[in-house]
Amino acid sequence: MLNHYAAVKQQRKQPNIVVKKFIVTISKYKYLYLMLIPGITFFIIFHYVPMYGAIIAFKEYNIMQGILGSPWVGFKYFKQAFESPFFGQILWNTFIISVYKLIWGFPAPIILALLLNEVKNMIFRRTIQTISYLPHFISWVVIGGMFTDLLSPQTGVVNNIIKMFGGQPIYFMASKEWFRTVLVVSSIWKEVGWNSIIYLAALSSIDPQLYEASQIDGANRWQQTWYITLPGIMSTIAILLILRLGNILNAGFEQIFIMYNPSVYEVADIIDTWVYRTGIQGMRYSLATAVGLFKSVVGFILVVTSNWIAKRMGESGIW
Amino acid sequence: MIKQTTEEKIWEIVIYFILIVIAIVTLFPFLYVLLVSVTPTVELPNVSKNILYFPKQVDFTAYNQIFQTDTIPQGFKISLFITVVGTLLSLLITVLTAYPLSRKNLPGREVLLFMIVFTMLFNGGLIPTYLVVKSLRLIDKIWALIIPSLVSAFNLIIIKNYFLTIPDSLEESVKLDGANDFVILFKIMLPLSAPMLATIALFYAVGYWNSFFNAILYINNTRLYPLQVVLRRILFSATGDLILDIETHKASMLAVRMAVIAVTTIPILMVYPFLQKYFTQGILLGSIKE
Repeated sequence: MLNHYAAVKQQRKQPNIVVKKFIVTISKYKYLYLMLIPGITFFIIFHYVPMYGAIIAFKEYNIMQGILGSPWVGFKYFKQAFESPFFGQILWNTFIISVYKLIWGFPAPIILALLLNEVKNMIFRRTIQTISYLPHFISWVVIGGMFTDLLSPQTGVVNNIIKMFGGQPIYFMASKEWFRTVLVVSSIWKEVGWNSIIYLAALSSIDPQLYEASQIDGANRWQQTWYITLPGIMSTIAILLILRLGNILNAGFEQIFIMYNPSVYEVADIIDTWVYRTGIQGMRYSLATAVGLFKSVVGFILVVTSNWIAKRMGESGIW
Repeated sequence: MIKQTTEEKIWEIVIYFILIVIAIVTLFPFLYVLLVSVTPTVELPNVSKNILYFPKQVDFTAYNQIFQTDTIPQGFKISLFITVVGTLLSLLITVLTAYPLSRKNLPGREVLLFMIVFTMLFNGGLIPTYLVVKSLRLIDKIWALIIPSLVSAFNLIIIKNYFLTIPDSLEESVKLDGANDFVILFKIMLPLSAPMLATIALFYAVGYWNSFFNAILYINNTRLYPLQVVLRRILFSATGDLILDIETHKASMLAVRMAVIAVTTIPILMVYPFLQKYFTQGILLGSIKE
């Protein structure tokens, strides 16, 4: 009997070691694993379960049958989306709003940082910096409200100025010609200061000896900016530009959601706003999920590619 | 000192001028809101005739009115609750998750880190997330305004990287005395990370105070609307004045709108100066390390 027991124990020895090792590891780090439980649970429930839930893009989802019970329909909703005219429009709006924001909004913080860098008076510089970071912390609801009032055709300041010069008031928030401009300007107003921080950090890491040496050679401020300052922050600019390109499908959902209205849907409706209206308000869950999933997948490819390029450039130092 | 040429002096003046213009353009909307909100009704027609109108008399009628109705104080309470409770919970859980992930010898660390970073690159989308919240029966619960955005992967990585910079020797000396990981985290790591934690707390607090989309998605009960959503309803719906239920002849709707904007913004303006010295460090820390 005893022998038999010993033999069985012998047989089980191999898996036992693995299990034992596992238990030893767990108990050795038990407090650390305990700490991880709430955070990891959060990521699983609110990030990974929705990733799994995205399979309803391939199903005929209805609430009664749930995610698992709903019947598969393959690429039906993707086809439906790609073939309908709205898709081209929201894709184009997303892209063009992003590109406008990039063209005007990307250089703005660089210029601000370069200007601030020229200021020798530290109190003045700090004051300007503090003021310029402020709008970053204000919600889009507030900023949308402010801009709506400042741009109002009846009482708004901007139209008052236009009227003062004898022009006709413009209803900016409802004008197809102007609405994208409003989006670009308000997003620059909100983020230009905040986005300049990273360039200011890059500027402060430029070796001051370079400036001293160039002064001895008789270089003026322009030449210093052109030959020392700009090359000094060029790698930062390049990396941020690439990362920004990876986010081209994010045209600014909260901002547009707050500011747009049916009269400008034609020029302002982006993928995210359309998904919200179709899915949450229209309850067409599968179609909205399909379009959302398309955006997630393309966005993922863009971000990963741009990160990969940025990392390679960062390592080798491009200039 | 090398002598400045006249040309350089002119450029310096131009640069100062441009920066002052930028500062004015940044501050103008805030000033406009504050001034209009305290302009007496009789003087309001002057607002639209001037670029910036300074009222002859300061009149707080608009503020009195919005605090007499129930809508704004109720929204304020909800926003305050989600900001205070949300920030504390988010900070606690982010720190608890970041610390083990900063221990290099922890088995499984790499996999978990990858799992968290991956959520920054890919998401299931709006609808599946909504369906998860719905299936958890969080719709029309105040916790729907906190729990779905409890931990930010970005903040988590910043804290983890900060913990990595704290020398191991400190930890080991306490470990010899038999302290467990909770003691190490709360007695050693957190006091050493105070400025960084203040930065992250600011990020979370501002995020909660400013958030409105969770409420739009998950809340139908108007009593649970945070201030931002109340503000949105007042500012952007055709029936804004009906929501407030204010007799508009007492104070013009324009002053009331501006007062509501001011009430929503002032808490941010109040904490801003205290914490702004920390956040430049914080954001740079995050961007440099990863």
